[in-house]
Amino acid sequence: MGDWKTITVPVLSSDSKNIFHYTSEKKISPPSMNSQVLRLPLPSSKSMHSFFSAFCTEENIEQSISYLNRELTTLGFPSIYAESKGQELNLISIINCMNELLVLQHKNLRAQEEVEMQHLKLGSDMDHLQNCYAKLKEQLELSKREIVGLQERDRQLQSKNRNLHQLLKNEKDEVQKLQNIISSRATQYNHDMKRKEREYNKLKERLHQLVMNKKDKKIAMEVLNYVGRADGKRGAWRTDKTEARNEEEMYKVLLSDYEQRQKQLLVENAELKKVLQQMKKEIILLLPPQKQKPKERSEDGPVLSDLEEDIGELNKENMWELSCETVREQLTNSIRKQWRMLKNHVEKLDNQVSRVHSGALNEKDVISREDHELETEKLELEIQQCKEMIKTQQQLLQQQLMSPCDDDTTLLLQDCYLLEERERLQEEWRLFREQKKNFEKERRSFTEAAIRLGLERKAFEEDRGAWLKQQFLSMSTDYKHSENVTTPSAFLGSCDQDNQLVKSTSQRKPPCMLSGPVSAEPCQTSQYITRNSAASKKPAGDSKPNQWVESDKEETK
Amino acid sequence: MSFSELFKLSGLLGRFSPDGKCLASCVQYRLVVRDASTLQILQLYTCLDQIQYIEWSSDSLFILCAMYKRGVVQVWSLEQPDWHCKIDEGSAGLVASCWSPDGRHILNTTEFHVSVNSSVLFSLFSLSLMNLGSLAGIAFTKDGRYMAVAERRDCKDFVSIFVCSDWQLLRHFDTETQDLFGIEWAPNGCVLAAWDTCLEYKILLYSLDGRLLSTYRAYEWSLGIKSIAWSPSSQFLAIGSYDEKVRILNHVTWKKITEFEHPATVASSKTIVYKEVEKSPSVETERLSFPPTRALASSLFSTQSKYDVSQVPVSLQHIKPVTDRANPKMGIGMLAFSPDNCFLATKNDNIPNAVWIWDIQKLKLFVVLEQLCAVQSFQWDPRQPRLAVCTGNSKVYLWSPAGCVSVQVPMEGKAAAGTSQAIISFLFPKYFSTCKSVRALSCKWLGCFLGAL
Repeated sequence: MGDWKTITVPVLSSDSKNIFHYTSEKKISPPSMNSQVLRLPLPSSKSMHSFFSAFCTEENIEQSISYLNRELTTLGFPSIYAESKGQELNLISIINCMNELLVLQHKNLRAQEEVEMQHLKLGSDMDHLQNCYAKLKEQLELSKREIVGLQERDRQLQSKNRNLHQLLKNEKDEVQKLQNIISSRATQYNHDMKRKEREYNKLKERLHQLVMNKKDKKIAMEVLNYVGRADGKRGAWRTDKTEARNEEEMYKVLLSDYEQRQKQLLVENAELKKVLQQMKKEIILLLPPQKQKPKERSEDGPVLSDLEEDIGELNKENMWELSCETVREQLTNSIRKQWRMLKNHVEKLDNQVSRVHSGALNEKDVISREDHELETEKLELEIQQCKEMIKTQQQLLQQQLMSPCDDDTTLLLQDCYLLEERERLQEEWRLFREQKKNFEKERRSFTEAAIRLGLERKAFEEDRGAWLKQQFLSMSTDYKHSENVTTPSAFLGSCDQDNQLVKSTSQRKPPCMLSGPVSAEPCQTSQYITRNSAASKKPAGDSKPNQWVESDKEETK
Repeated sequence: MSFSELFKLSGLLGRFSPDGKCLASCVQYRLVVRDASTLQILQLYTCLDQIQYIEWSSDSLFILCAMYKRGVVQVWSLEQPDWHCKIDEGSAGLVASCWSPDGRHILNTTEFHVSVNSSVLFSLFSLSLMNLGSLAGIAFTKDGRYMAVAERRDCKDFVSIFVCSDWQLLRHFDTETQDLFGIEWAPNGCVLAAWDTCLEYKILLYSLDGRLLSTYRAYEWSLGIKSIAWSPSSQFLAIGSYDEKVRILNHVTWKKITEFEHPATVASSKTIVYKEVEKSPSVETERLSFPPTRALASSLFSTQSKYDVSQVPVSLQHIKPVTDRANPKMGIGMLAFSPDNCFLATKNDNIPNAVWIWDIQKLKLFVVLEQLCAVQSFQWDPRQPRLAVCTGNSKVYLWSPAGCVSVQVPMEGKAAAGTSQAIISFLFPKYFSTCKSVRALSCKWLGCFLGAL
């Protein structure tokens, strides 16, 4: 392939014209080499002409042809030589080859275009990516720098923090040191003070001794006049009994004070407990009904039961006024629980309200206030409409139930209804009567038919009898026909039976003339259709008219 | 307010009798007893020496006059003017003297011991209770049944509880204090508060039978307690300390329930601040005469003042005491509960011109009274929530929840110029409080004024 390429490129530049000349000649007449000029329109420029003519000249036609043939065969095209002779060229195959080549060329061009397009696209993509890459690199650089800056700041702040901590520690240490100094000094001073005090006391004692020695023999007090006590008693001597009494009195005083305080505290306690219980009850009332998730329900379930238990218990407690530790704890714990529940509930409501205000309604079970209001309005409207409907219906009912002498309109209405019904009934009656008439007609016809039939039968029977007589008479003459008697007798029997049946049926139901002839028909049909098995049919036939009669009866009812 | 005439008084020793019928005053060595309503002289007694201290007995029948220099106490009877009693402590030296609550015993504190003299009893016996090293603190319960005496022996503090009826020692225990400074009974008579010297913040609470109920220490190393006050119901104990705070303990747990701060700037909007404002009187020049009459002179030089309500925030005058002197003027120096247990009046020595009134029911600052001069003392009316304040000038300031008023007390002469040493002591005997009258005894050498509001 490479060879071909390299050859064709320079060669084709020259003798394109000749090739086409030649080919045109080959078309017309393969062996002749006329120099007919047939220029096929070429899509390429003049350079291509020379390009084409470069390969094949007048001298190397044979070689170029054989070369072309070789190339084409190697490419998989059929040979351009004719099959029979080596030198003759197969024009058709040549044309086909050319066509194939052209097609191939087109394909290749298209492929090339596509490849070029792709190439362009890839190029632009690449450019784009390169730009992005450059930008990202810049950004990365920037952010790295920022990070470095922030890290630096962070380091500075941390170091500042550490410094401050250190300062604080130093200050604290100093404070501690000073306190220690102060405490040590305080102990020192105390010690000194105690020493000095002792010295002072000693000196005072000595002074007292010195001074007192002189004067203290005198009585310090003079009573010029004696004044009695307010209650006239004398003072008592101090004895053990008085001591005990004093102790007792002191303890009494203390105890009374404590008792008083305890009473006050009890009163306060009772009041506070009352308040707590009230609060508890109110909180329970405030809490919403339990329509939450089952998870919560499971939490609240035992709580509720606990609450109820607590209430019961505490009410009992109130009655007995016990105030033991467990009861107090229970009360406070239950109140805390409920307060928490109430708080959660209020928080939920707050969240809902805030969400509504912010306008984000994402959850299904959260209804915005406007929607809620719309719903309520709609429901109210519906309720109103229903109420109105109910009212009107009630009114109508009342009108219906009320007595007719009240209103003309009601009377009229009633009359209207009655008229309607009457008309309907009349129509039905008419229909009924018509049917009746028809039936009667039919019956009459049937009866007439039956009568006729009967008459005919009679005649026939008579004829038969006569004939039988004749036969008999004739039979009596010859015994050979004695076997034939049975069948006519059977026939007779059956005929008699039939006749009887018919008669009975016609007699049985004289008022229903309808049934008579009608029943005769199926009987007759059964007679005529199946003579041999008349017995079996009869009950069926009987039952049929019976059934039919019953149904007819039903109709007439 | 109307005022009576002046009469002389020396040494700030004017006292009403507990039943309010008589008024005793002393001039030098003479004791003058007057009728309270008419001020007529009922009795006149003469003592041995210049009287330093007088006290009525609780049943208003006897007056004791103490002369510390001589070491003599003389007791006079009102019913029997001829009767008198003299107690001579001799060289022991008399430091203080007071009546016992039953009005029949006199407790003399000498430098060596406290002696109880039942000199007015049928039998006289003096029992020397103990040897005391330092000035004793004596506290009587409100009902007068028990007496607590604080003493120091061998560098240790002890408290002894006596039954006043027969002066029997009930309990004697030591306190864990460095240097016991003071003791005070709760009004219900069951708890005794003992607090330490100002170098250490420590207050101990003892029950009547001597058990230690609780100890409270707010902080270490700084100057501690300056003053304490029991609430009349014994429910609260207010402790004022040198850090300008008042801490309130409750009687159930003896733990602090709240702290009251006294900052220099009052910022809370719910507090009412009354500021004393001067208004100078107008003088018509034609009316002036020479020499100026007494009344004119006093009216010229006296300045009227009234109260204005200031808008919060108010900044008060704050002084910082010198740090190298002892007993600095800082901290809460005065505490007093109102009799209905609703208010607590305090004074912060760092802000000497202000009286702080706290609402105890709400535990919040209620009113601040800002005076022009430093507040010297204040006292509550024993029946109603009415506070009387004096600042050393010639005015008396009264506050009640209804409002605030300043009353000019007519004074003359040198007092009109204002003496910084003047201390006005107020007495509100129950009898007169019901009549809505205020009697004021005022300062040094000057008169006694009776006023009716």
